Amino acid sequence: MISRRKILIGGAAAAGTLIVGYSLWPDRRRAHADRLAAKSGERFIAYWIKVADDDTVTVVIPHCDMGTGIFTALSQMAAEELDADWSNMRTETAPPDPLFANGALVEGFALSHAGLSRESVPAFLQGSVLAAGNRLARFADIQVSGGSSAVSFTGVYGIRVAAAATRDMLIAAAAERLKAPRNAFHTHSSRVIHSPSGQSFRFGELAAAASRLGPSSRPNLKPKSQYTLVGRAIPRIDIPTKVNGATRYGIDVEVPGMQFAAIKISPVFGGQLVSVDEATVAGNTGIKKVIKLNDAVVVVADRFWRAQRALDALAPVFSDAGNAQLSSNTIRERHLAALDQKTRKPEVASGAEPGGRAAECTYHVPYLAHAAMEPVNATALYRTDGTLEVWAGSQDGLGSRAFCAKAAKIPIDKVTFHLLPSGGAFGRRLPGLLNFLSYAVQTAVALPDIAVKLIFTREQDMRHDYYRPNVASRFSAKLNPDGMPGSWVNHYTTTDDANAEAAHIVYDVPNQTYNAVKVVTPVPTGPWRSVEFSWHGFFVESFIDELAHLANRDPFEYRRALLQHKPRHLATLELAAAKAGWGTAPAPGRARGIAMVECFGTIAAHVAEVEIAAGALKVHRITSAVDCGLVVNPDGFRAQIEGAIVFGLSAALHGEITIADGAVENRNFPDYPMVRLADCPAIEVHIRESDAPIGGGGEPGTPAVAPAVTNAIFAATGQRIRELPISKHELTAAG
Amino acid sequence: MQLNVNGNPHVIDVEPDAPLLWVIRDELKLTGTKFGCGIGACGACTVHLNGKPTRSCILPVSAAANAQITTIEGIGAQGLTAVQAAWIRHQVPQCGYCQSGMIMAVSALLAGNATPTEDELGAAITNICRCGTYTRIRAAVASLAAGGAGGGS
Repeated sequence: MISRRKILIGGAAAAGTLIVGYSLWPDRRRAHADRLAAKSGERFIAYWIKVADDDTVTVVIPHCDMGTGIFTALSQMAAEELDADWSNMRTETAPPDPLFANGALVEGFALSHAGLSRESVPAFLQGSVLAAGNRLARFADIQVSGGSSAVSFTGVYGIRVAAAATRDMLIAAAAERLKAPRNAFHTHSSRVIHSPSGQSFRFGELAAAASRLGPSSRPNLKPKSQYTLVGRAIPRIDIPTKVNGATRYGIDVEVPGMQFAAIKISPVFGGQLVSVDEATVAGNTGIKKVIKLNDAVVVVADRFWRAQRALDALAPVFSDAGNAQLSSNTIRERHLAALDQKTRKPEVASGAEPGGRAAECTYHVPYLAHAAMEPVNATALYRTDGTLEVWAGSQDGLGSRAFCAKAAKIPIDKVTFHLLPSGGAFGRRLPGLLNFLSYAVQTAVALPDIAVKLIFTREQDMRHDYYRPNVASRFSAKLNPDGMPGSWVNHYTTTDDANAEAAHIVYDVPNQTYNAVKVVTPVPTGPWRSVEFSWHGFFVESFIDELAHLANRDPFEYRRALLQHKPRHLATLELAAAKAGWGTAPAPGRARGIAMVECFGTIAAHVAEVEIAAGALKVHRITSAVDCGLVVNPDGFRAQIEGAIVFGLSAALHGEITIADGAVENRNFPDYPMVRLADCPAIEVHIRESDAPIGGGGEPGTPAVAPAVTNAIFAATGQRIRELPISKHELTAAG
Repeated sequence: MQLNVNGNPHVIDVEPDAPLLWVIRDELKLTGTKFGCGIGACGACTVHLNGKPTRSCILPVSAAANAQITTIEGIGAQGLTAVQAAWIRHQVPQCGYCQSGMIMAVSALLAGNATPTEDELGAAITNICRCGTYTRIRAAVASLAAGGAGGGS
């Protein structure tokens, strides 16, 4: 799926055609937008931008806040193009309406772009709902916060352009008023100024007139050299209410008369509810109803703890759907066996010069849960008049609205979906992973006219996730006599039609062969921060390290030699190495490892410094260099990389969801450990700007962490970790 | 039963073994205190009980009946505390869900030890932040220690 890459590069090269998509927003749509999302005194001027009489500019953001700082970054991009005063900027979450869908954006883009089919949508929009086929029909219902796309896609192709169009229209309104040519005006600090006379108008004064004008077909985008807001570490607008408990997440919603629901889903994948003895809890304080769903039992009560305790007292019987034998060990073996079948023939030698050494290595990664801090939950109110109202955090407001309509078997226009901030998501709340909405809606339908807040306990959240898949990868390579690889053969398993881009190496190696083998299991899987890159990054960056050692080369120098054709990658790798002191001796007992992964348009290179003392691994420091092209908010971006590193480190060190007897064994945080303050390394992030198209921020920091650490472990001990997590292995310091 | 929360007395009618967390959230409607794990393992539900950091999801409400309970809504009622201000200065939160508990735990620690070492901080603060804001928490606490300003409620 090179399509995503193509579309971004194409978009950057052909911004003019892209803009046509925006100018096609006809008046009636603007009026519709005003009805949906404008308050008194406000009006939409272009897509996503409202200007009010009092100069307030509101950016209507088609994403949810899950902690990545995008409301600030997108607002910064809009203010920059508008020349709006930062203090006048506000944000709102876009209504879950097709008018504000990603699809409208992509469609406008794709249609105006010769040579690209409507199928050529970016990979991040090709979620699991799309993989099922019939892409375009569902395309319109997508409003995704995922794929590290908010800034690099919505921002670059959407909000920035809309803001520039808005500015042009405000100027046009001023020009009309003064009967002066448009090019006699400039903008500054929320005013349109007639340059020769100095006469000026507030944005608010011009908003009504501007909204009656047609949007410019080619708005003037500011050159980077004139940026004053983009590139600045403006404090995040969402933080003040996150230090005093005021931010209302999905779980905090309060609806009058609301009841609470606890759920127990069949522990065995695919199992169905056979029986449950409701008499056990009948008459308990506050219990409203026991609801039997196909694969779950729900208890509704006037308080959550009452519902939860009653549920714990029930002993529901579930069928095993024939999955009682399923285990993560047997699944692992199936993946390895699938590779054995594909790699029986020796394929190492093809193309490489004779005489060099050869290597064949197999790697494996386990299932992982998202385990966001806010357990998944949703509040739903189904009314007997056939309408449904739902409150939840989701990574796709519009898709969630459509999903809820389907779950309640009512038309989408009967559904109101309130998109609320999420206490983390990391992929867990993307389309295709919305079981919490399904159960909440089923519960609401069973109890009409009563709002019910369904909260998964941590145990249900962990055992009924959609896991980062358990997959394996086998490489073989032959080195030329000079030690450089002369061939690269990679067979890997996938659980679905995965994005092939992630396996492909950036290194200059001839004779590359890739082959994906699909292994299907009943275990639900889904996107997890950095998706396929989270495993291919570990596989590829481990194997290239192995080749470096086989060739008796320094792993950094070896990679450098293979990156001469990729100046941006080379410079990022070199920056990480330099900042980490690569080439100097680390403190006694410590060793370093290096790895680099590009994903979502951003390159991240990490150097891990580790120590193994008394069998225990200590990761002291991770030094990172990152190139995302242009950075909108350096501090917010840095925070994303820091967080992504910790996320990757938790997975590398401890992360493993195990399955036995058809069910997930992990129940709560003690069985699924993660990095805490005491074991969090020092993290340094060095941002490198380049002329590359703006890249993503949320995910790219994750994939290179595991291989940087395992490569460092090899440097320290000679032990090569080929299966994650590291905690499965006994480590011994080199003597 | 009477509960003293953030300096205000509340009379509530619940089972004595109801978890304090849910009483705070659903009876008193103070939703800044979060549900994370239900077993006292993650710290998202941390409140102060007579100044001591306490994981409210595993505490029966009866055990808090005669105590002064402080929640995230209480510590900053008279304006931001030094800890909250440091959290903003260092742009600590990402999703923010764990931060109420984190701020409560750190505030209690600093009230007793204004200049914790990194090891003391790590040992005392075992709250989970899935967004991985730990390095910023460390920096924020270090800045408070350097400035001599403690947290506290």
